[in-house]
Amino acid sequence: MSYLKVDNLTAGYGQMRILHGVDLEIAKGEIGVIAGPNGAGKSTLLKALFGMADITGGQVSLDGENIASIPPDRLAAHGVAYVPQEYNVFPSLTVNENLEMGAYVRNDDWSAVLDRVYGLFPPLREKRRQPAGELSGGQRQMVAVGRALMIEPKMLLLDEPTAGLSPMFMSEIFDRVLAVNAAGVTILMVEQNAKQALAIAHRGFILANGENSWTGTGRELLDNPDVARSFLGG
Amino acid sequence: MIAAAILIAVAIVVFASQGPVYSTRMFVEAGCYALIALGLNLQWGYAGLFNVGVMGLIAAGAATSMIATFPSNPLFWNSGGPGLLGWFLARLGLAILLIVFANMSDRIGFGPKARALAIAVAIAAAWILVTEGVNPMAAEIETKATWIGGFGLPVFVGWLLAAVVAGLISWFIAKVCLGLRADYLAIATIGFAQIIKTFLKNADWLTRGTLTVSPLPWPVVKPAEGEFLLARSLYLCLVAVLIIVIYLALQRAWNSPWGRMMRAIRDNEEAAAAMGKDVNRRRLEIFVIGSMLIGFGGAVLIHFTGVFDPAGFIDLNHTFLVWVMVILGGAGNNRGAIFGALLIYVIWTMSAPAATLLFDALRDYGKVWFDWDAPSDLDSRAFQMRVFVIGLTITLVLRLAPAGVLPETVKHRK
Amino acid sequence: MEALVFLINKALVAGLVIGSIYALGAIGVTLIFGILRFAHFAHGDLMTLGAFFTLALAGIGASLGIATPFPIALAALLPAMLLTAASAIAIDRTFYRPLRLAKVRPIIIVIASVGVTLMLQGAIRLVAGVGTRNMFFDQAKDIHRFTLPGARREIVMTEPQVVLVALTICAMVGLHWFLTRSRLGKAMRAVSDNPDLARITGIDTDRVVRATWVTAGALACAAGSLLSMDVFLKPDLAFNLLLPIFAAAIVGGIGQPFGAIAGGFLIGFSETLAIFDWGVLFRELNPLLPALLQLPTSFAFVPTEYKLMVPFVILIIVLVYRPTGVFRGKVF
Repeated sequence: MSYLKVDNLTAGYGQMRILHGVDLEIAKGEIGVIAGPNGAGKSTLLKALFGMADITGGQVSLDGENIASIPPDRLAAHGVAYVPQEYNVFPSLTVNENLEMGAYVRNDDWSAVLDRVYGLFPPLREKRRQPAGELSGGQRQMVAVGRALMIEPKMLLLDEPTAGLSPMFMSEIFDRVLAVNAAGVTILMVEQNAKQALAIAHRGFILANGENSWTGTGRELLDNPDVARSFLGG
Repeated sequence: MIAAAILIAVAIVVFASQGPVYSTRMFVEAGCYALIALGLNLQWGYAGLFNVGVMGLIAAGAATSMIATFPSNPLFWNSGGPGLLGWFLARLGLAILLIVFANMSDRIGFGPKARALAIAVAIAAAWILVTEGVNPMAAEIETKATWIGGFGLPVFVGWLLAAVVAGLISWFIAKVCLGLRADYLAIATIGFAQIIKTFLKNADWLTRGTLTVSPLPWPVVKPAEGEFLLARSLYLCLVAVLIIVIYLALQRAWNSPWGRMMRAIRDNEEAAAAMGKDVNRRRLEIFVIGSMLIGFGGAVLIHFTGVFDPAGFIDLNHTFLVWVMVILGGAGNNRGAIFGALLIYVIWTMSAPAATLLFDALRDYGKVWFDWDAPSDLDSRAFQMRVFVIGLTITLVLRLAPAGVLPETVKHRK
Repeated sequence: MEALVFLINKALVAGLVIGSIYALGAIGVTLIFGILRFAHFAHGDLMTLGAFFTLALAGIGASLGIATPFPIALAALLPAMLLTAASAIAIDRTFYRPLRLAKVRPIIIVIASVGVTLMLQGAIRLVAGVGTRNMFFDQAKDIHRFTLPGARREIVMTEPQVVLVALTICAMVGLHWFLTRSRLGKAMRAVSDNPDLARITGIDTDRVVRATWVTAGALACAAGSLLSMDVFLKPDLAFNLLLPIFAAAIVGGIGQPFGAIAGGFLIGFSETLAIFDWGVLFRELNPLLPALLQLPTSFAFVPTEYKLMVPFVILIIVLVYRPTGVFRGKVF
């Protein structure tokens, strides 16, 4: 029973087509990883799911519901949260205010959620009054993910969460991803560090040139010698 | 071709309704605006530069030409004026050199803070040098001779000098502002235009200020008493020739290797820069050449009107009207700019009597139907109608045909 | 002492007054710059529109026989601010929003605002004429006087000037509260920081845009009305203010409302101090100085006609050397 189903998706930006018919399926509560060489269209796939790219064909359904035509500012209310790769915080707002904005669409008392997010990212608690733009890369990333978690999403889309981070931060981020997933959140992640990402993935999707290249469970892909050779390299 | 037909139709209507004397005048002025519009079109259509300081360039060009071509003022040359003027120019030169050197001080090892300080000091020193020099000179000239008079050069020379000075001013503006994003450039150019106008208005020693200078010499036969038609027709022919020559030159340039490079930059700046084209230098070139055209057109226009009045330069007429002409004609399209200029100018001029008619009717019928007493300044309010219409034209063109505003893009290979 | 009073009146009070005008206008401009990402050339005429609304409402109030303990123009200010705010939203909906939805280049929207400013100018003068109006309908303005010890001359501030400064302070405090304590205010800052992320987060950008126009419109009305009360209401109130207001917004840092306030006062004081005749003070000091160091008895940095040069030069210097402005706003 698939939770997120992408069927033959073609998408791009304006006149430029990036994805030429991509399929993707993950079940509820799974971690899906999208990997592939640069320019394969990984980020575009996530953006298309969130309405930030132009979908020209195909279907996207979440829990049976077609979300392809829902504009980005309404997807938060559907329980989908998206963390872009760059410019993913509000630099002049404090850490606390960033998280507050994450809860913008909520009408209830979210102080418990705020507490849990600080619990998940303890370094943020002492920096709560600092403008997010002044934090280090790793801490900014925590703010970015924390902001997305404030709506207690059903599905979380992460675009290269470990980009530009040191290896220590990398494993911390993956630990958090696992913790969030353990709480029942379905996760779809684009990752450059494919090896580590596939190790924690239930499903893996390797893209090349805007099309599916290999698909399977994380373990399968890691064990596949062709995959390993062509680009798992380091 | 439709455009040409429309224009001819309009011309016929105008000549028929207003008579040849008035009509030739209207078309000469429209032609001058066409020259100015070609210059602005160069800047916006070829390089995407939003120059809202058109008025300033027109004024500067016209002032230059006026001073160059007006007969000389013996009172000035016989007084201590020339000496003081010479000294003043020397001081001005020194002031400029100071600032230039301070700006280059990083080459002799000044760090950024030291350089900033040097520039600030240079600017202050330059300011003092200039202001100290102006006052005695201005006083001397104004009391003894009213103003410096002209240099009696031929009109064409004056016009060319107008282009040169406008080019120099715009070169300076560009050096300071061209790297700014479009709306900052707009704000900066408006400011420059205001400064230029204020200067021309207050430098009585240079321009007679509000006393104005007239009559300005013509390149062709001047209209003798009552005999306007011949002179104006000759002027019209001259302007038409100028438009054609400049249009052909621009089209040649557009189709030349230089033009192809400019289009490459306009359509994809990053790629062009990556290929080693000096984008900034090209934009500077376009800005200066466009400004030269604007200054030139301004001189031609003001000479025709016969009077140099600094207070008569208004943003509305001299900047925004030209912008409407360029926008309506389709940015980047030279024929469009000429067409837009002629059409808009005719509509603008004809809308004055039309507005008065309308408001007179309003006044009369209002009294008859509603017993409404029109305010006494209804006529000046009629003018405002035209302002409103110009604004409406801009917003409508943007809403309905935004492509008219955007520079033409090369059709991409699909 | 006399000279000091002269300085205070002519330079400091005047600087405070014009600085407040610039500050109120610049707040709107910088918010529009930061959230809607374009230079709103029609802001000056928005201020004029606001002033005319105040005049009209005051006139209606007076003819209806409403009596107030303070000048009726001041009473009309609040409803006029609301009217102007509504007009600003209407203008945006009609002229700017369609262009935003069509995703045009920002400069196109700037050109549209030029069109709007011409339409406003034309419309205002069409309806109200081109003459000068007195906002107080020929009643005298209340004047507050202060005396410094030892001076015969008094420091003078008129009632509208006092109201203006008080209003600017209230605006500052209110704005601070709004932007740091209220949800909508924080959302405005978020949109200004990163509009894409704001959409992703689910922030209602339409609401933020409306709030921006309401704030800009209301403050523009206040600035225009109070300036007109200070002098006279002229239809070309607008254009002369546009450049200094833009300068204040840019100097203070785009998108930083408090920078805009600081920028407004910086430019206001720079103007008044630059055109002030320091010779008046020098005359007092000269008897104390040796003969060699006598100061000129008439000295101004900038002649009054060139007053406009001050904000302009400051603007150019900032644009060239520190485009992010004093408070490090955006340079996008």
